[in-house]
Amino acid sequence: MCGIAGIIHKNAGKDVNIGEQMTAMLQALKHRGPDSTGYAMYGEDNGNHVVRFKVAEAADLEGSFDIHSAIEDRIAAVNTRMEDLGAKIVKKESATEYSHRYEIQFSGDMKKLADFVEDIEGVEILSIGNSLELIKDLGDAAEVSEQYGLNDFNGTHGIGHTRMATESDVDIRSAHPYWAYPFSDVSVVHNGQLTNYWTNRRALELKGHRFSSNCDSELIAVYIADRMNQGSDLETAMKDSVEYLDGVFTYLVATRDQLGMAKDVMAAKPMVVYEGDDMIALASEEVAIRTLFDHRIETFDPYHGEVKVWQN
Amino acid sequence: MAKLKQDKSHEMGLHEEQLKGRTQQRFFSIDESENLTYFHSFDVDTSKSATIDALDMTPREINREIRALMEKGIGNITVDNPMSRHGVGVGILNRLNLTFSDSLGYFGCGLIDGPNVHIKGRVGWSCAENMMAGTVVIDGNAGSTFGAAIRGGDLVCKGSVGARTGIDQKGGTIIVGGKTGAFSGFMMQRGRMIILGDAGMNLGDSMYDGTIYVGGEVEDLGVDCVPGEMTELDIRYLTEKLGNYGMKAPNGVEKMQKYVSGKTLWNYDNLEPNEKKLIL
Repeated sequence: MCGIAGIIHKNAGKDVNIGEQMTAMLQALKHRGPDSTGYAMYGEDNGNHVVRFKVAEAADLEGSFDIHSAIEDRIAAVNTRMEDLGAKIVKKESATEYSHRYEIQFSGDMKKLADFVEDIEGVEILSIGNSLELIKDLGDAAEVSEQYGLNDFNGTHGIGHTRMATESDVDIRSAHPYWAYPFSDVSVVHNGQLTNYWTNRRALELKGHRFSSNCDSELIAVYIADRMNQGSDLETAMKDSVEYLDGVFTYLVATRDQLGMAKDVMAAKPMVVYEGDDMIALASEEVAIRTLFDHRIETFDPYHGEVKVWQN
Repeated sequence: MAKLKQDKSHEMGLHEEQLKGRTQQRFFSIDESENLTYFHSFDVDTSKSATIDALDMTPREINREIRALMEKGIGNITVDNPMSRHGVGVGILNRLNLTFSDSLGYFGCGLIDGPNVHIKGRVGWSCAENMMAGTVVIDGNAGSTFGAAIRGGDLVCKGSVGARTGIDQKGGTIIVGGKTGAFSGFMMQRGRMIILGDAGMNLGDSMYDGTIYVGGEVEDLGVDCVPGEMTELDIRYLTEKLGNYGMKAPNGVEKMQKYVSGKTLWNYDNLEPNEKKLIL
């Protein structure tokens, strides 16, 4: 039982405070899962690639004596490897000791860069994108947004997740959203359980795809990435995924300019949609969407097997 | 051998000699007043009204406030700003006119027996779950498992509802103005469901008994759900029931299709005792 939420503004430009809106929605969904909170938000594209990565798990900091020097070594290795492949690091920021945000200029093969950097022990790339900012950490929405300073984030659309860990551990590796490696700007959040995860994971791994965790939701991100790699558009890939995935699920996908939702054929997991003229908001429960309004709103539940995609 | 300490367990009646009597049933005593009243039900006066502003209240506080007002004998309660909270308006066991001026979340008005509820917004999942009697009227849409396991009363949604409407329905009437999702009437056992719009896949799957009327298209029927024949009585019933809530079938009640259980799954009594043994 996780909580998912998404929001997309259609005509408002890029200066809507979606950081605050997402935090309000995710905080209202805290009762659906307090283990970790994640955001994937889309803002200004300044021409640089934004790389978000972590060099350790939050729990690692307490368990080991030499972790701090190991973290420094890993960061140094990331810098060297990026520069080796010709990426120019323009800006470095970090909210915590283990999570970092780089802005890079790079024109080469993104998959090669991602693989080369992730080859360093303990390093995981959370996202690469031009406008995507993907943040996930342990704790509720108020804690994570405070830690990463998300409440003044402006953009056009975003998706988010509050997690109740059922299928894998409570750590950042298994937290949502998942970046659809190696496609820049594609991210996924999911609420449910996938029962054909291992079968499909093996098939996709044989094709050369990467899985960074044991969390079943990662399958959706990798599948969408695989389909988009073969040239299908987001809506077709999502429609096919309803047949491909077995189990109960509702998930949201976001790309540079789109936001999509899909529901399983049993309609077993909740989703409530508000469709206004300027804005579309989706959440597992209406209580989350209601935090954005001070008046009564009209909302509906999508039906079984339904796929919807909205364009920014 | 040491003597076992007996007194406490004997007092609790856990020993054979006390259990041997004709019955263990406690007999009704006219002196105990709770034997003559319904637990947590209040005598209210519908000419007295009160309003609760629930903007900053938790669901528990809202439910306690409703109870406190009922204890004072107020029979007309309006709740403003319920803010789609879950589990609000539950466990009311007496007559009451209750109005919510906005939407409710999950399990709204569950476990009720008697009140007339009007919700001017929408409801989330499992609205009026296990309702025994009374009416619940919703102006907006509703989520999934609408009226799960209801036993009586009228549950009316003027908009569309989600999946598994009336799952395990054991009585009463569910009326839906718009569409319903998949698995409506799943394992229904008794009662009636009136769907004025379209119905999703697997309508009436594994229904034991009861009746479903559909005004629109049916995506497909579930296992052992078969079309039934509309009778004069059905048409009269539908006309009057829908009239009570100011609703109309889009093509007229005569055009509605009735669905009932085919009873082909009713084979649990046809077995010989030793066949039964084999299965069990």
